[in-house]
Amino acid sequence: MSVLAFLLQTIRIAIPYLLAAAGGVMSERVGIIALGLEGLMLSGAFGAAIGSYYGGNAWVGLLGAVVAGFVITCILAVATLRFKANQVVVGIAINLLVIGATRFYLRLAFDSASNSPRVPGFGGEGGGMFASFRNPLVYVGLVALPALAWLLYRTPFGLRARAVGEKPEAAATLGVGVTMLRFKGLVLSGTLAALGGAYLALDQHQFTDGMTAGRGFIALAAVIFGRWEPVRVGIACLLFAAAETLQIQLQGAQLVPSQFVEMIPYVLTIIALAGVVGRSVPPAALGKAE
Amino acid sequence: MSAGTRTGIAFRRHLEETLLPPLVALVVAMVVGDMLILSYGQSPSTVYRLLIDGTWGNAYGFGQVIYKATTLTCTGLAFALAARAGLFNVGAEGQLAMGGFAAALAGLALPVGTPMFVAAPICAIAAMIAGGATAAVPGVLRAKFGASEVIVTIMLNFVVLALLNYTITAHLHVPETLHTPEMHAGTVERLSDSFASFHGSAANWTLVAAIFAALGVWYFLFRSKGGYELRAVGLQPDAAEYGGVSVSGVMIRAMVWSGAIAGLGGINFVLGYKGYYEEGFAAGSGFLGIAVALVGRNHPIGILFAALLFATLSQGGLAVNALVPKQLVDILQAVVILAVATAVPEVQRELRAAAASVARTTAGVNASNAKAQS
Repeated sequence: MSVLAFLLQTIRIAIPYLLAAAGGVMSERVGIIALGLEGLMLSGAFGAAIGSYYGGNAWVGLLGAVVAGFVITCILAVATLRFKANQVVVGIAINLLVIGATRFYLRLAFDSASNSPRVPGFGGEGGGMFASFRNPLVYVGLVALPALAWLLYRTPFGLRARAVGEKPEAAATLGVGVTMLRFKGLVLSGTLAALGGAYLALDQHQFTDGMTAGRGFIALAAVIFGRWEPVRVGIACLLFAAAETLQIQLQGAQLVPSQFVEMIPYVLTIIALAGVVGRSVPPAALGKAE
Repeated sequence: MSAGTRTGIAFRRHLEETLLPPLVALVVAMVVGDMLILSYGQSPSTVYRLLIDGTWGNAYGFGQVIYKATTLTCTGLAFALAARAGLFNVGAEGQLAMGGFAAALAGLALPVGTPMFVAAPICAIAAMIAGGATAAVPGVLRAKFGASEVIVTIMLNFVVLALLNYTITAHLHVPETLHTPEMHAGTVERLSDSFASFHGSAANWTLVAAIFAALGVWYFLFRSKGGYELRAVGLQPDAAEYGGVSVSGVMIRAMVWSGAIAGLGGINFVLGYKGYYEEGFAAGSGFLGIAVALVGRNHPIGILFAALLFATLSQGGLAVNALVPKQLVDILQAVVILAVATAVPEVQRELRAAAASVARTTAGVNASNAKAQS
């Protein structure tokens, strides 16, 4: 196994995690629990497939993903911000909603219960090791978390966003529109997560039922394991992806059963939450839309 | 104002607060359902009639509804019990799977020919222990370290399912399948063995266990000291602590019992239907339990009705599949959850505002009466 092949595959696997985790950090830093990441990713994947299929072009697919992510984000935002519904419940409902809706529209649009037809992606056929790297989302994914770090710590928007996530009353007293700011954070979050899903659909040139397969929850695990700090979260994503790559490349060797590798992100996150090695402390106002 | 009318008003408010959100949710779901059915070029009334005919309209369909409601009652009760203590047990999916697996193992370990009345309870207890042990992890981590039980239960679902997958594929499966060998003892009879018209449906006598679980949870929550403490912790943990309740102890017990009830749900499939544990049998039932508890307003009796409602929807999806994709039902279930989740705080706000304005007017009337008298 060459080091280059290992690195490239790790990056390829990490891209959807990086994008969705960036969305997760944004959402949780403004105080909204990011349990809907899985659904947002899946909606992005579906939007990308629909856009790419009907537009005949992967760029239209990206647009489709952003639109789908925005629609779902609006439902999430209305429920949590306008009606102050419980964020855990809403997140779970969003995931169920998107699973159901993508299946429903898969039947409506393509008369199939399992997958869309082949849709245009960015790379040509084959293309070897570097095929995925023609997809611009790879580069968006790689810069997403560093850019988010800059946004959160170096801009007025970021300062307000963090204030809203930690002490919304204080932010409101200083004239920050808490609800509007949370909405903006959610839209950014939903767009990033949807692009993470779009990457999957465009990379595989089709949408398949439930294709995100828990990646949204791995991204959420990375957010918590990375203690809500964008750069740490990015490292967590790369770590989880590297473990997965190792497992895929060692599959023949049967050193460790694949199921144990699958568990790594989740077990690490539980340990991090229990505070064995440096406690993970969430934003103070997380989950409390007053 | 007499005391009688005052309690009457309080009761009415309580009733409105309890029943309005689920009713609003059902109306919203119907409207969304209409739109989806129309988008598919079908007539809503035909589809709804088919849905009812395929579920409550014949004994087989009704049996399937009962079968599905049995598991959902358990996962719904599990969520509700934890929720009453202020905890979110999102891990019913994993606890249910563990329960089913433990029941199947117990059934394998028992000697052939063990009578059902001995074997089935042993399997059920094994299921409860396994579910409770699984839920103890998030319970302890929450009570002792303050770790969010939402995240721990979700993450633990994946860990548990991967562990079970490993155990089944590597050690226990019947070749070419993803299930364990048939149990030696502990299987429970189907309703169709006693009532022939249920023929073919999977409804079985484990349903009695689910009903007893509901009664037990009701008695515990509203008639026992432990239940009182649990609800106190859910409403005001600081006040409960001050009142001498061990909050961390209550949290751990609530999670363990919640997991035990979710685990108990596993016997419906394992003892009552297949006689073995099969990969993926729990898929979806755990999360749907949250919906059941929400619509049932975390009350055992409400949960029984809500479980029937959601079981009707998922069985009904199969009945209408020829006209509209059965996934219509998945969307409606999500819509019901969203609608209840948004309607509950809204109705509470409305009622509080209404009560405040009533209080203001009565205060005004009293003031003017006082003025007239003086």
